[in-house]
Amino acid sequence: MSQETPETSATAQDSIDVAHLAGLARLALSDKASAEVAADLQSIMAMIDAMRAVDTDGVQPLSHPLDAAVRLRSDVVTESPDPQHFQRHAPATADQYYLVPRVVE
Amino acid sequence: MKKFSTLRTMSASLAQGDFSSVELIQDHIAHIHNEDAHLNSFITLSAEAALEQAAAADKLRASGDTRPTLGLPFAHKDIFCTNGVLTTAGSKMLSNFVAPYDATVVSNMAAAGMVCIGKTNMDEFAMGSSNETSYFGSVSNPWDTQRVPGGSSGGSAAAVAAGLVAGATGTDTGGSIRQPASLCGITGLKPTYGRISRYGMIAFASSLDQAGPMTRDAEDAALMLSVMAGFDPKDSTSAQRDDAWLGKMATDGIAELDQPLTIGLPEEYFQAGEHMHAIEAAKAELEKLGHTLKSVSLPHTQAAVPVYYVLASAEASTNLSRYDGVRFGHRCDSPQSLQDLYERSREEGFGQEVKRRILTGTYTLSVGYFDAYYLKAQKIRRLIAEDFNNAFAGVDLLLAPTAPTPAFNKNQLTDDPVAMYQQDLYTVPSSLAGLPAISIPCGFSQGMPMGMQLIAPAFREDLPLALAAQFQRHTDWHLRHPGEEL
Repeated sequence: MSQETPETSATAQDSIDVAHLAGLARLALSDKASAEVAADLQSIMAMIDAMRAVDTDGVQPLSHPLDAAVRLRSDVVTESPDPQHFQRHAPATADQYYLVPRVVE
Repeated sequence: MKKFSTLRTMSASLAQGDFSSVELIQDHIAHIHNEDAHLNSFITLSAEAALEQAAAADKLRASGDTRPTLGLPFAHKDIFCTNGVLTTAGSKMLSNFVAPYDATVVSNMAAAGMVCIGKTNMDEFAMGSSNETSYFGSVSNPWDTQRVPGGSSGGSAAAVAAGLVAGATGTDTGGSIRQPASLCGITGLKPTYGRISRYGMIAFASSLDQAGPMTRDAEDAALMLSVMAGFDPKDSTSAQRDDAWLGKMATDGIAELDQPLTIGLPEEYFQAGEHMHAIEAAKAELEKLGHTLKSVSLPHTQAAVPVYYVLASAEASTNLSRYDGVRFGHRCDSPQSLQDLYERSREEGFGQEVKRRILTGTYTLSVGYFDAYYLKAQKIRRLIAEDFNNAFAGVDLLLAPTAPTPAFNKNQLTDDPVAMYQQDLYTVPSSLAGLPAISIPCGFSQGMPMGMQLIAPAFREDLPLALAAQFQRHTDWHLRHPGEEL
């Protein structure tokens, strides 16, 4: 009943489970949006798969562009933010807490 | 004040008392009111606050303050948090967000007496190469309003190109300062990673994001860089540097190069194409100026776009997990549960491209794929950085095109994300390596400006700035502006 879409990757991507990914990313996607995203992700991953051809045997991963260590600082208080100031932007608060729908019945 | 003046020219006029900062700001605001309706380069104008700051600058000047940046107008990309001013990152998610603090770049520029007149439009969360992903509408290229200005700092680029401001801040993760600078015919500098603090700059991909100036010429870029840069204890990746040339360029201007340079031409960046004649002419001009051009190879160039889209998307999916509808930003109506609150707030608050990147990042970071994608990409990132190190053993800096094409039409690439991503072809490798690069105008193709890119070793922004300044003293591409006969 569903139409087969042509394979976009020569390396035959595993088909991407968009509903699972959307759940992990906390995104509510409609069926229509999911179908569109699935097609986009297939072509993006096909583009990305080109990098698999590069030989990386024995190469150390680079996480900081200049290969520098991240600086540590002393564990001391440097600022004392005012909760009221920062909570002005919150959709719902009470007594300095953020309000969300009830989690425990 | 003449339109299309530079910051340096305005600074000299202010010092001579030709006009006050208040008059200068009034003039700018009137221009923006008249001309931005068809460009849409600004999201927010802060006329009232700007006039107050200008009045304060005039007062300081009257009491003997002679700093070159005092009272100069500019605009911030709407990715920098500005205390008490709407800060949207081009997203519906933050369309109601009034920042509760200043980014370090914002406080640095205010401390230098510069006057922010507004916040410029951008691709949503800086994800895009055409400024068409903004929740606040696309921006038009001032050279041809049917075309895009590039992205993601498209509003800043269009505002400078149109002469609405002489300087604007931008941010560059994979080309977001340089590509729009190229497409709009202005000068854009992406400094070395760590040169400018990321504190208060809304995060897209933290190991790549870097702020920089977008201006009419290299002299102004150096002036703005000197104000924006500096060590910041609030950013753990901020670099501790003490480069004397930086302050000297700001006060004395960019000095002439004391000797000719050896300029590398990465062969992977010079594929035959109809848009290459501007670069070819620039090469000839540089040779005429006494520089030596030499072919070099950066063998892992072709892998850079895939590597970039793995790393940047992975970092984005992590960074953007903070937008959950709880503490700030968009919240959906009548959430039924906490899960529903997260999922619908994010579904409604993010646009299509942002969702694509979040899902791409979620996929490459998910169980079973991490080694094949994320780790693999980090390894190739090292190979790309080593390619540059090897090249710089034999040359002072590198010359390359900035973007593969001039500005394209609106909606031309919106349905094909992979084609859009190819706009980053020549800019992402230096981003992955954390290197500084400047784009300056070098000619026209299809009646649209084209830029060339100068890439330097880490923390050597002085080299591309000096070479760009020399090129601009001998050519007039940077003086061209929309509306004149080409």
